[in-house]
Amino acid sequence: MPEVTDGSTAQLLIDFAYLVTGVCFIMGLRYMNTPKTARLGNSISILGMVIALVATGFNLDWSNAWWIALIGLGAGAAVGIYAARAVKMTAMPQMVAIFNGAGGGAAAMVASAEFLKQLGIDGNSVPIDVGITSVLTAIIGAISFTGSIIAFLKLQEVMTGRPIVYPGQQIVNALLALIAIAGLVLVALNVDTVPAFFTAIVAAAILGVLFVLPIGGADMPVIISLLNSFTGLAAALTGFALGNNVLIISGALVGASGTLLTLMMGKAMNRSVTNVLFGAFGAVKKTEGGPAEHTGSGVVRESSVDDVATMLAYARQVIVVPGYGMAVAQAQHSVRELADQLEKKGVEVKYAIHPVAGRMPGHMNVLLAEANVPYPALYDMDDINPEFPRTDVALIIGANDVTNPDARSSPSSPIYGMPILDVDKAQQVVVLKRSMKPGFAGIDNPLYELPNTSMLFGDAKSSIDKLVGAVKGL
Amino acid sequence: MNAFHLLSELTVFVLAVFVGLEVISKVPATLHTPLMSATNAIHGIVLVGALLIAVVAEPKLGPVLSVLVVFLASLNVFGGYVVTQRMLAMFKPRQTPAQANAAADGAKK
Repeated sequence: MPEVTDGSTAQLLIDFAYLVTGVCFIMGLRYMNTPKTARLGNSISILGMVIALVATGFNLDWSNAWWIALIGLGAGAAVGIYAARAVKMTAMPQMVAIFNGAGGGAAAMVASAEFLKQLGIDGNSVPIDVGITSVLTAIIGAISFTGSIIAFLKLQEVMTGRPIVYPGQQIVNALLALIAIAGLVLVALNVDTVPAFFTAIVAAAILGVLFVLPIGGADMPVIISLLNSFTGLAAALTGFALGNNVLIISGALVGASGTLLTLMMGKAMNRSVTNVLFGAFGAVKKTEGGPAEHTGSGVVRESSVDDVATMLAYARQVIVVPGYGMAVAQAQHSVRELADQLEKKGVEVKYAIHPVAGRMPGHMNVLLAEANVPYPALYDMDDINPEFPRTDVALIIGANDVTNPDARSSPSSPIYGMPILDVDKAQQVVVLKRSMKPGFAGIDNPLYELPNTSMLFGDAKSSIDKLVGAVKGL
Repeated sequence: MNAFHLLSELTVFVLAVFVGLEVISKVPATLHTPLMSATNAIHGIVLVGALLIAVVAEPKLGPVLSVLVVFLASLNVFGGYVVTQRMLAMFKPRQTPAQANAAADGAKK
């Protein structure tokens, strides 16, 4: 690499280009404040990336290993673009996880290379700032890399989505974290620098695997967001290690975004992030839940397709409450068709989206947008809850815990305090459900036993298709 | 690099975090998934770092790992942006059923 000395004109121009990139990224995110301008925002962000890459290209001596860049870029672009086009919207969380892991892994490797480059002639000492920032990058990047891979495997159902717990889990995790921190300290003190550095990476990589193992499927929105913020942090730290501002700015933006989303998701489940990470939800539930919690009358009213169709067709306002079950049944297109039919009959149809309705933040919105549901019809929990008392029918499709009134009223319930959609306040509640089996968390839902609730059992997609036919016939 | 340099970098970092929090908090929940994949693509900026360490006379990681690091970072950049653009294209304002059907037909073609 031709060392462009600090202060040269070339370096000034490159640094200026990086500044432009930073501005593009910020503006790009800013334009995501409404769906109308979001695409423009993403294009601005792409422009920023192109500027940064071109500027970097000028800084490189391409007579060196140009083919390394060519093969890496070519393969990365080909696989990335192919995967991005082929992926199903239901599989978006896994896709984001794997891209996230790729970024984290790359950051860890960049930091390792910089660390090796800065090793002194004795092959042991590194400048303290480079040492600390590169080992930190490597630790966080490695956690993000392996953690994202486990999250991917769980979401892709290559391995079980259930929490994997074993005795002493947290002690093992704590030990690994201690080893990584010890590595950091040794690097900072310039003692056995190289072995310390790589021991820290290995410990962090194992920790990444082990900390995602006990996370259940329903907690994935928190973990995906958290891993996102880790990778952002790793990218920013890479910037510190390389002395590169554009990496620092970009990483800081991503870190902020991931952190904010993590907190939002935690709040939507009424759980702290520590509780998600160390609580192993499933295990806790089994001991706390159970028949003793039973608060309802025990009687459920089963309804028929024709009855429900009539109820919907003669309503003024219907609110659809989609849950992950709807996505699993691939029913979103049928749901939109039903909404179209109802709108033809003058019924107002809105969608109530709970923040953790999918497997990642905003997942349900994307699934419905894909099915051509216009975004103004999609409402957040806070905006839609006041609407329920004015609503004739709340149609619940594959959602369970987020509609459980016990979260509001029963302090003994394991989900007590979780913000829910107030569907029980609607005039009529229709629940589409495969069977009376309790939801993911295994908690009874007294909503099903309310006098204004009727159940329509069966596969969500075929039930809705039948409803579409019945509404058409009215 | 020295302590002053580190401090000025830290300044940039801290300010960028605040800008990030400010900007991100304005993004509606409806766009949270595209937001995640967009920020995902943005941390692909680590590709800059990957190129800086890979395209040198003697890459410290050796040729194979150097190709891998550029691969991972570009996967992140290209995949992230393409999937974000694809998702954002799906978000449509309210339209008449006729338009919606036309759009659905167009998508099928």
